[in-house]
Amino acid sequence: MSAPLLEVQGLAKRFELAPAWLDRVLGRRARRVVQAVDGVDFSIDRGRTLGLVGESGCGKSTVARLLVGLLAPSAGTLRFDGIDVRRALESPRDAQALRRRWQMIFQDPYASLDPRWRVRDIVAEPLVEHALEPDAAARRVRVVELLRAVGLAAADADKYPHQFSGGQRQRISIARALAGEPELLVCDEPTSALDVSVQAQVLNLMRELQRERGLACLFISHNLAVVRRMADEVGVMVLGRLVEQAPTRALFAAPRHPYTRLLLDAVPGLDPDRPARPPLQGEPPDPLAPPGGCAFHPRCPHANARCRAERPELMPAGAGRVACHAVEEGRL
Amino acid sequence: MTPPLLELRDLGVEFAGRRGAVRALDGVSFAVAPGEALGVVGESGAGKSLLGAAIIGLLDPPGRIVAGEVRLAGERIDDLPPEALRRLRGRRIGAIFQDPLTALNPLLTVGQQLVETLRTHLPLDAAAARARAAGLLRETGIPAPDARLDQYPHQFSGGMRQRVVIALALAGAPQLVIADEPTTALDVSVQAQVLALLKRLGREQGTALLLITHDLGVIAETCDRVAVMYAGRIVEIGPVRDVLRAPAHPYTAGLMGAVPRLDDPRERLTQIEGRMPRPGAWPGGCAFHPRCPLAQARCRVERPELRAAGATAAACWLAPVPPGEAA
Repeated sequence: MSAPLLEVQGLAKRFELAPAWLDRVLGRRARRVVQAVDGVDFSIDRGRTLGLVGESGCGKSTVARLLVGLLAPSAGTLRFDGIDVRRALESPRDAQALRRRWQMIFQDPYASLDPRWRVRDIVAEPLVEHALEPDAAARRVRVVELLRAVGLAAADADKYPHQFSGGQRQRISIARALAGEPELLVCDEPTSALDVSVQAQVLNLMRELQRERGLACLFISHNLAVVRRMADEVGVMVLGRLVEQAPTRALFAAPRHPYTRLLLDAVPGLDPDRPARPPLQGEPPDPLAPPGGCAFHPRCPHANARCRAERPELMPAGAGRVACHAVEEGRL
Repeated sequence: MTPPLLELRDLGVEFAGRRGAVRALDGVSFAVAPGEALGVVGESGAGKSLLGAAIIGLLDPPGRIVAGEVRLAGERIDDLPPEALRRLRGRRIGAIFQDPLTALNPLLTVGQQLVETLRTHLPLDAAAARARAAGLLRETGIPAPDARLDQYPHQFSGGMRQRVVIALALAGAPQLVIADEPTTALDVSVQAQVLALLKRLGREQGTALLLITHDLGVIAETCDRVAVMYAGRIVEIGPVRDVLRAPAHPYTAGLMGAVPRLDDPRERLTQIEGRMPRPGAWPGGCAFHPRCPLAQARCRVERPELRAAGATAAACWLAPVPPGEAA
């Protein structure tokens, strides 16, 4: 078996939220540290999709930014096709070569395209940046091919981003991401700013393109139903840590972690006959004041003294891995 | 017979522009009974938020009501002077918007805002208003309400802030709450809590709810009836159960097919090709015909009106017609 395309071990990111110097001295306010990502392990094989889900502040977007080098990790190793990413990023030439091989698609298609650039130049940017197509005429042909692949027209190349709707802009982002023929796409909530009908168009398109091109993908979303459709494997995050990871089918058929069950229960469905379930009480935890022990224990109906005191580690369970004392002890 | 709590009759809204007026809402009629929850759904640009704003008299100029009427408990309110409308808002109609941060004043404590709102609408002294404010926070599920009253909005999480906005909307004990995408900015677990809260209000206090959202799932969980909007008009309206089980309008069916669901093994989501037309660029005939997979010659030239079939009504030439009625 070939090695995974991406391998992540012990990935961690701390952010320091330092109050202004004077406040710190006069108000005696301490530096505060947020452990946004706290020891995350996973791998993605070529052509496969890992979905990451979790609520606001769980660190899923930080993971995406760490993977593509927009943020530097505080700890952990990242291997891309066997290459040590942290070391490679220190050398400008290696960094350039690596950056072509992964691309990111962001949530907000209004903010991620430069309004003063024509679509032609936006889509061609990776080709120019990585000197993939030095001939201008060939570049034009390539841009048109890419626009067609995402369902836009050749004539759209001469327009500006403001002339497009949100869904069309996200198609432009996808065309740009595909231009450098990357091996990994990192998508951070790529459809959450879109109408549901447009979201369906973009999700269908992404699946087709991914299949045709054998792309690996990290797909981040708060919407479990979207992740189920896109991912081969799913990781569930709470406060910077994975609490459950399993093949998509297994995770949705038999969620193990109480938090995964809560998330699944909370997704509104279209079945008007589904009996009303009392929603779980409590709030997602505050990353600035994380609860001790298992981060989910304040909301967990199965929590006991051990859960409040001792943080559970990810352990093999069924087809995947779960970090839960109740599951480990067979209480759940 | 008592009149419905909220009734819209043939409501039309226009935006005056340099090149003439543009119709943004057209012929919207429906009624909401006390304690009933009506969901309004559609894509961006369908006019659903405009509908909410028109009912409470908060249309941004140059938008204005040009046709029809809005009645609250039988009385017309669309022609009231601004001052009377302002009193109505908060007292008899509460409003909840998507972004709880913009609905709250960051410089005042939550308690100050609640007390001010309460005393504007109800004859309460300061102490009684404060006690009532704490009661409202407790009703909306905020723990330790007495301590929370003295905190500022930024000290609340997103979900807690939206509860404060709901508490503010309920301060005047309104008969009707208009909620425009109240849970769109919230996490899914918190969304479930806020929806349960809105539902409980209808059940326990008889408050009617107009819930505006792009998410059919939210409506399925919360509402009794649903109105589907397309290009400024209602294209289907009926009990949630009936509409979701057997959508009569192809647009409703398309919206439902586009929603990714947990219980759905399909490989591809249904796509509605194209996009919602802008006001001023509505196609002739049925406005949905350019995107409709079933459109026929008649759909391109003749606009269908809402026709009832059983408990639901749909504006589609192809919708089932009750027996005995010629199409």
